Amino acid sequence: MKFGISVHEGPYTHQASDSAYFFCKAALEAGHEIFRVFFYHDGVNNGTNYATPPQDDRHIMNRWSELAKEHDLDLVVCVAAAQRRGIVDEGEQQRNGKEGKNIADGFRISGLGQLIEAGIEADRTIVFGD
Amino acid sequence: MSMLHIVNKSALDRNSLEACVNHTIKGATILMIEDAVYSAMKNTASSSMVEGAMKDVSVAVLGPDLKARGISEEKLIDGVTVVDYAGFVELTTKNDTVQSWL
Repeated sequence: MKFGISVHEGPYTHQASDSAYFFCKAALEAGHEIFRVFFYHDGVNNGTNYATPPQDDRHIMNRWSELAKEHDLDLVVCVAAAQRRGIVDEGEQQRNGKEGKNIADGFRISGLGQLIEAGIEADRTIVFGD
Repeated sequence: MSMLHIVNKSALDRNSLEACVNHTIKGATILMIEDAVYSAMKNTASSSMVEGAMKDVSVAVLGPDLKARGISEEKLIDGVTVVDYAGFVELTTKNDTVQSWL
């Protein structure tokens, strides 16, 4: 079965990203497909590579990047939410004249249409939020 | 046509579980995750609501979230089933539609 996942909260403040991650892992282990993980609202903060959590804590952002690499996942960050919160890729850096970029490996910035498409293409869409 | 309702907040904190219970129809399943696992406990201010709902719907609770909050299974309302993440995935495939009550 194909899953679309939507994550609406950032790392470390709410459990949403943890729950979504463990759900994706379990779905992949059961042989299902994750069509896309869409990061919306504060959820875009899961896509930064500028965070350095303590070494004895889980690295929520790297964990997503590693899962994406292992299973070729499509991790999409909402562009409007990303611009508000300072999640920047190369295109956004040039367009808005920023000093650096911080989009983590495996993530890409795109629009809300990607969530709609996931809703259409996936058999189930699961939302994780506050 | 069966529906899985995912609730993630305690009924003692927010009204999402109550809203969910009021919208479920016979044959539905409510899955309690994150802080909603507190609502699966017996002898709380919200347990009679859950027990009432269980006449028509099944209630499941996410085991890892119970464990993270130090709630042992004997404290749960009779008839509540405990699932792991694999069981969570299975509930989403077994039901035709899924709704998160955020």
